[in-house]
Amino acid sequence: MSRILSESDSKELLVKYGIPFLPEVLISQADQAEAALVGTTGPYAVKLCGQNISHKSERGLVRLGINGVDAVKHACQELLDAARPEDGATGALVAPMAIGLREFIAGVSVDPIFGPTIVFGVGGVLAEAIADVTVRLAPIRRHDAMDMLGSLRSRSLLETFRGEPAVDLEALADLLCSLSDAAISIDGLESIDVNPVMIVNGAPVALDALVAFSSTGGES
Amino acid sequence: MISPDHFRALFDPRGIVVAGASTHPGKFGFVALHNILSCGYKGEVFATNRERAEVLGRLTVADLTEIPHGKADLVFVCTPATSNPEVLRQAASVGIKAAFIASAGYGESGEAGLELQMELVSLANELDMMIVGPNGQGLVSTPSSLCAQIVAPYPPSGSIGIASQSGNFVSSFMNLSRQSGVGISRAISIGNAAQVGILDMLEYFADDPKTSVGLVYVEGITDGREFAHRLENVCRQIPVVILKGGASGLGARAAASHTGSLATDDRVFTGVCRQVGATRASSVAEAFDIAAAFATLPAPRGPRLAVVTTVGGWGVLAADAVSTTNLKLDELPADLRNTLDGLLPPRWSRNNPIDLAGGETKDTVPAVLNAVVGHEEIDATLVLGMGIQSNQGRLEREGPFYPDHGLERIVAFHDRQDSRYAEVALAASVAADKPVLIASELAIGDPNNAAVAAVRSTGHYCFASAERAIFALNSLYERTVWLDSFGPPNIER
Repeated sequence: MSRILSESDSKELLVKYGIPFLPEVLISQADQAEAALVGTTGPYAVKLCGQNISHKSERGLVRLGINGVDAVKHACQELLDAARPEDGATGALVAPMAIGLREFIAGVSVDPIFGPTIVFGVGGVLAEAIADVTVRLAPIRRHDAMDMLGSLRSRSLLETFRGEPAVDLEALADLLCSLSDAAISIDGLESIDVNPVMIVNGAPVALDALVAFSSTGGES
Repeated sequence: MISPDHFRALFDPRGIVVAGASTHPGKFGFVALHNILSCGYKGEVFATNRERAEVLGRLTVADLTEIPHGKADLVFVCTPATSNPEVLRQAASVGIKAAFIASAGYGESGEAGLELQMELVSLANELDMMIVGPNGQGLVSTPSSLCAQIVAPYPPSGSIGIASQSGNFVSSFMNLSRQSGVGISRAISIGNAAQVGILDMLEYFADDPKTSVGLVYVEGITDGREFAHRLENVCRQIPVVILKGGASGLGARAAASHTGSLATDDRVFTGVCRQVGATRASSVAEAFDIAAAFATLPAPRGPRLAVVTTVGGWGVLAADAVSTTNLKLDELPADLRNTLDGLLPPRWSRNNPIDLAGGETKDTVPAVLNAVVGHEEIDATLVLGMGIQSNQGRLEREGPFYPDHGLERIVAFHDRQDSRYAEVALAASVAADKPVLIASELAIGDPNNAAVAAVRSTGHYCFASAERAIFALNSLYERTVWLDSFGPPNIER
């Protein structure tokens, strides 16, 4: 069996390699929500974060577009109540909503023949059906990162899109190179999912992350 | 350790022994000897036959010990698996350094066969002998006029090196070589790859002055990291075109990972190829197109393509194909447009694709081609519509009115014109050191067409369609980009 890190632990590990995450607050009780929102504006995203939770959306553990302190509190309470014993230690992650039309998926997958690979593709709910994905062996050079972006069939998504500016390709390539650094530096790694990578005003922002270790290794 | 001497013994042997020559024309041991004797091999040829029976009118010896020491470098083994350890020992005792083992009954046949195969490899290592196979179809080496295989064809000579995990793909590629005239340097079916594999062959090709491009068919890959590393080193030296069958692995990936489920074997292999600078093809025809392009064309320095066509529709389809590649079909530079204005009637397209709109006269096409190919803002040129005149000529020549009514003269004129266009296009390519590609379905439909024949006679490749030419050119361009990604050329490159 593999072992996974919670969303916030995954992010804490990956941010060291330069993956661009949004600022967010992890709270263990709903009444901490008000303090968490100080200095921010909504709408907010609230997610249940747990040591053993890997498929949040499927379980309805992601609430988006929440407005106002009371509604955030309420959402936090509901999510904390939805926690199951097998989820391990849980908390509610509160962050201002990132707004963007384009979602990508990036990650690391260990291929049984070729070893650690860097994966990048079109994300969102249709990701699997569209299956516009490109893969390279870790480590990648910067040339490979740029070539991955150019290899997408839907590469027009990287240009200006429905009123949104063109994607900062250098920043997106940075993200892939950061994943490559993580892939070769983290012992016992089994996989990394950074999903979605949303394009916010042209810049890639990682909204969720999941790190898994193989049974034989991993950080404790 | 396999050394250059072993490869020399395999591909350029001073003499060959067919072990297990047969009097039965249906047996491998007959066909192998037949093919070696029929394709011009200049070295000495020996054959063993237990009964010393005459085969193809030649005397045989009962076993290899009767062959004078040092006369042969290669043994082509058609004897049963159980006899082969003795064959190898005897071969080593008379100075033979390489064996191609066509015999079946090894790893492909189950556990017992696999054991025999492993024993054979240990024995070969002990004897300092290279063995290729077992269960392979043979090898071809045109610099030595050598056709040591149990299948056809024997291809024209050229610079494509073929290695395949399936012998039938060697034949497929060589059939296309024979049809197109773009030739082969070495070709080998590695069978079960017991001692040497695809990468050993590619590494030899990279160092072989007779080979300029590797063309391989790959099935199973066991050590992906080593495969990628060695392939990249080869790709630094020569282009490699890969056709791959089967899945690279069936191992399960992390259940929790979304990206893992998207990183299928096929996508991983495609990514590996791009990363290490190899070109992955999806069919036999595409693989040969690309290998032929690498073997016959200079590398494009950039993505800017000009399409010259005698008919509008072809140019439209070519433009569609370009849009799926990294090539560019830019507007024509103003000075080139002005030059062409002076050469063509006003109705020409004045754009790229350059549609001559039927305005070509005897001297127009050469003048246009020279202007376009030589222009500094054009990196590559695709020429469509060659062969049309001589195609009409063929109909006239085969019709009931020939040679009367002036037909003899006009048919000869058509043939001359098409030959001349092709020759001019390719001369412009050489002069400018830029790729010029010629595409026509006549390459398949009528290989004797004057334009197609002229392309062939200059050693070039006539692509069967505009799209196929464009995809091949894109592969050449992608290699240019890949090589450039390592920075300016240095001593290593």
